[in-house]
Amino acid sequence: MVLTNTESASSSPAKLGPQTLLSIRNVAKSFGRTPVLRDISLQVAEGEFLTVLGESGSGKTTLLRIIAGFETADSGEVWMEGQRLDALPPYRRRVNTVFQHYALFPHLTVEENVGYGLKVARLPKEQSMSRLEHALAMVKMTAYAKFKPGKISGGQQQRVALARALINRPRLLLLDEPLSALDANLRRQMQVELKSLQREVGISFVFVTHDQEEAMVMSDRIALLRRGELEQVASPREIYSHPATAYAAQFIGQTNLLSGEVSGGAARCKSLTWPVKLPDGSALFSLRPENIRVAPGKTDSDSVRFRGKVIRQAFHGATELLQIECADGLLLSMRMASRQNYQGNLLLEFSPEDAIPVRKSQEAEKGL
Amino acid sequence: MFSRAYRTAITLPPLLWVVVFLLIPYALLFCFSFWSVSPAQTIVHSWTLDNYRELLRVNVYFQTVFRSMWIAARVMLFSLLLGYPLAYYLSFHAGRRKELFYQLVIIPLWVSYLVRAYAWKTILGSDGVLNTLLQYVHLTQHPLDFFLYSPFAVVLTLTHIYTPFAFLPIYASLEHIPRHLVEASQDLGASPFQTFWKVIFPLSIPGVVAGATFAFVLSLGDFLAPLLLGGPSGIMISNIVVSLFGAAYNWPLGAAISFCMMVLVVALLFMSERLEKKWSFR
Repeated sequence: MVLTNTESASSSPAKLGPQTLLSIRNVAKSFGRTPVLRDISLQVAEGEFLTVLGESGSGKTTLLRIIAGFETADSGEVWMEGQRLDALPPYRRRVNTVFQHYALFPHLTVEENVGYGLKVARLPKEQSMSRLEHALAMVKMTAYAKFKPGKISGGQQQRVALARALINRPRLLLLDEPLSALDANLRRQMQVELKSLQREVGISFVFVTHDQEEAMVMSDRIALLRRGELEQVASPREIYSHPATAYAAQFIGQTNLLSGEVSGGAARCKSLTWPVKLPDGSALFSLRPENIRVAPGKTDSDSVRFRGKVIRQAFHGATELLQIECADGLLLSMRMASRQNYQGNLLLEFSPEDAIPVRKSQEAEKGL
Repeated sequence: MFSRAYRTAITLPPLLWVVVFLLIPYALLFCFSFWSVSPAQTIVHSWTLDNYRELLRVNVYFQTVFRSMWIAARVMLFSLLLGYPLAYYLSFHAGRRKELFYQLVIIPLWVSYLVRAYAWKTILGSDGVLNTLLQYVHLTQHPLDFFLYSPFAVVLTLTHIYTPFAFLPIYASLEHIPRHLVEASQDLGASPFQTFWKVIFPLSIPGVVAGATFAFVLSLGDFLAPLLLGGPSGIMISNIVVSLFGAAYNWPLGAAISFCMMVLVVALLFMSERLEKKWSFR
């Protein structure tokens, strides 16, 4: 599997330094005969918010469970701070997890749940009391200290699970789709809270989700996982503007995939032609819908112009998504500001540098 | 919504069952306990509290009830001590052998209770398996006769018979513990021992209470094991009831004892249910 060059150009926050905290080296795992992870290598920096993004069955949860110690990799190593992490049982790792369904202990109160890690570590009473108070205050659950988990809402349970993990001051916090059980509004609110909390405590987060929007909003870097292989590891901006593969381009945001032929420094797809710096042969390009625009009156010598007919229009609030049919039958999506009805034949254009060459993913791509 | 005929059809069987097998027998039992026996060995249908006075007056009844409870308490304790580790191992560590082990625990339940009680008689008797073995390895010269016909024999037999009854609810409660709670405990730094005592055991308490109740209540009312293996020092309250209804022909007194025992058992079941509720969180 290729780790793209964007790996080194990652946007880990400069103030915290780029020092590597966790290093996953060539990890592979199969369940029976089904390979779940193939040769995964990935670094997590100090204080970084890394999201492992993937569809269900991509192996993201398995990767998280290997870091936490609930699964053992068939091959490869996991290192943290110069130590083999995978040699330790889960309870000796300075890693804590926020589970998908929170996994709060139903027989213990909120307070006892949060204080669990300190209690099993046999911390002195005064010390644990002050840390407990601080942790409850941090997630605004002080008023619910004596409640059992069954008596509080899903969002509150989520915050308790977070406090219960963070109170142990782990070096690394793992989060397994912690927001998936919340409704949309609460989820957006928690995304912001979680992100600011992460900045506040300065602990590295490895966050697992299938929601690309969530990944974009929260992460310093996204590791896109597909069928047990890393497609791309990069910052959200990088992965959006320069997707490495057709899959990455389609999974993160929407895109037009243009399959073209390159010869003599020009790419051709149906009747469209634009200059490229690629060797001859067939190539695949990703062109985001927002990079297609209605051509202004003046001619911009660089842009590629073409005519297209609006065949469908979908209202998305701030924008409209138009389906365009070109004269040669090519179908394209374009995004426009929501203003009016777009109808009839339009003169359109895009800049050649917005057609990003992407690698083909292994099998036929899903259409738009 | 449903027709009257349909509703009658589905209500009638349980109603009949309750009336024929519960209400009538218990009402009869209750009435008998206030009647008496004439010198001519006929039942006198006039109301009296004499039977209950007799129970309070004669020490043997109280002593036997206490002995029965003491035997039942030991059976309960040993069944839990055997059943819990077994259930824990099966639920958490047996892996693919789970089904097999489960069946092995259940199989004895298909064998007649009487056969199992007799089996212990042949093991514990003076020329039984145990004594033969002890003499064979020269630990003893003569057969020891205190194995059989003692409270010990009764406790041993009842423990053997009722351990699966204690095991089953414990196993069920362990199987119901979400495994991610166990992982969460480990994740928070708890060793396997701490995880057991702080998470697994508390969440299995409803099963333990149910298992303990089964073992205790079933042992308390047992009469075959004490009859076959108990001897004079191992007599339990049911043996007295049986003889009162049989040879002694004092149904009213037998009914009074039965009624008291029933009240005791119902109280126990009630307490056990309260405890189970208090410790269940789903």
